[in-house]
Amino acid sequence: MQTDISPQIAAPAPSPAPVTRRQQIAAGVRDSFSAGLGIFPLGIALGLLVLQAGLPAWFAPALSVAAFAGSMELLLVGMVAAATPLAAVALTVLVVNFRHVFYAFSFPLHLVRGRLAKTYSVYAMIDEAYAVSASLPESQRSAPRLLAMQIASQAYWVGGGLVGVAVGSALPAPVKGLEFSLCALFTVLTLDAFRSREDIPSVVLAGASVTLALVLTPPIALFTALLLFVALLLARHALIARRAAAGRGSTGRHAAPRTASHVATTETASRATTETASRAMTETASRAATETVDA
Amino acid sequence: MPSAAYLAAVLAIACGITFALRAVPFAVLRTLRTSAIVRRLALWMPVGILGILAVTSLRGAIAAEPHTTLYALLAVAVTAGVHLLSGRRTILSVGIGTTVYVLLVNLL
Repeated sequence: MQTDISPQIAAPAPSPAPVTRRQQIAAGVRDSFSAGLGIFPLGIALGLLVLQAGLPAWFAPALSVAAFAGSMELLLVGMVAAATPLAAVALTVLVVNFRHVFYAFSFPLHLVRGRLAKTYSVYAMIDEAYAVSASLPESQRSAPRLLAMQIASQAYWVGGGLVGVAVGSALPAPVKGLEFSLCALFTVLTLDAFRSREDIPSVVLAGASVTLALVLTPPIALFTALLLFVALLLARHALIARRAAAGRGSTGRHAAPRTASHVATTETASRATTETASRAMTETASRAATETVDA
Repeated sequence: MPSAAYLAAVLAIACGITFALRAVPFAVLRTLRTSAIVRRLALWMPVGILGILAVTSLRGAIAAEPHTTLYALLAVAVTAGVHLLSGRRTILSVGIGTTVYVLLVNLL
């Protein structure tokens, strides 16, 4: 695994890992700024939409507290205004938010202690929170940083909604194009996630999934793309497992021990250990290299 | 205007389903932490999911202003370029990329 050292060496180093609780909270609030650039204007849009749809003003903050999930809330306002049956509302929420099912795999909830804090962190696990924490190197993560980011993000969202309903149509035409900041944020975080783990197969499989999804099911592209992506990753896992099994068979015939432990233990066990160990070492090494560049 | 009971039911549905979708997988995965497949997926997923979110949100921005496809692609390139060349400072990269897009959309 190569790390892309060249472009960063001359560049100013990104912040070192925050140490004190205060620094961690400050880092979390800083993390939230780039997300807030998209979240706050979207919150205002939600507030305006609620008023335009003829719904009571309290519905905007109530919605953003009941379920903290931006895109779904914007969608719900239209459905509620049209008095859509509750079953259809439920189905929409299920499909639009289904992607969150996959976030549990890599979201660092284990860092958060205490039932209340854990519950809030899960409740506030929006795309931006997942994206920011998943693209952060392990050493940079901490519970205060994560929670501060999530609380700040919800403050932007609820605050934006309140501004929207308060100012209403008195607001001059909102600046066009601010919603692009969400796309910019995800682009940047993809680059960061790629740097902490240069996993080209995952990028290729994700690219194929999203392309297919955009062609086949444009209205629910995100939903389809994630399902396809996970299916392809499962296939990749099966392929690796099969290849490992085949490799095990061939080393059995050649019986050429590569390490001392290979001789000592049974073949299956040692093969597995060597693979795990070498994989772990490569990962540690590449991560260490990346973080050295950071420091 | 819809009845207060209907609005309350919508809020309860949105709250319950969204929270369940986020919480249940953690409970399930806790019992599978040692499984090789779960650990592999945990490592493989982030970069792909983030890439998918980037592409679908790009499409969202384009769908909102259909004539701006070229501007959006240019702004993505600027965002990535700034990020790689000036030390991966997220706020700077997102800020410059968004400013470029907003200027292009509003001034041209």
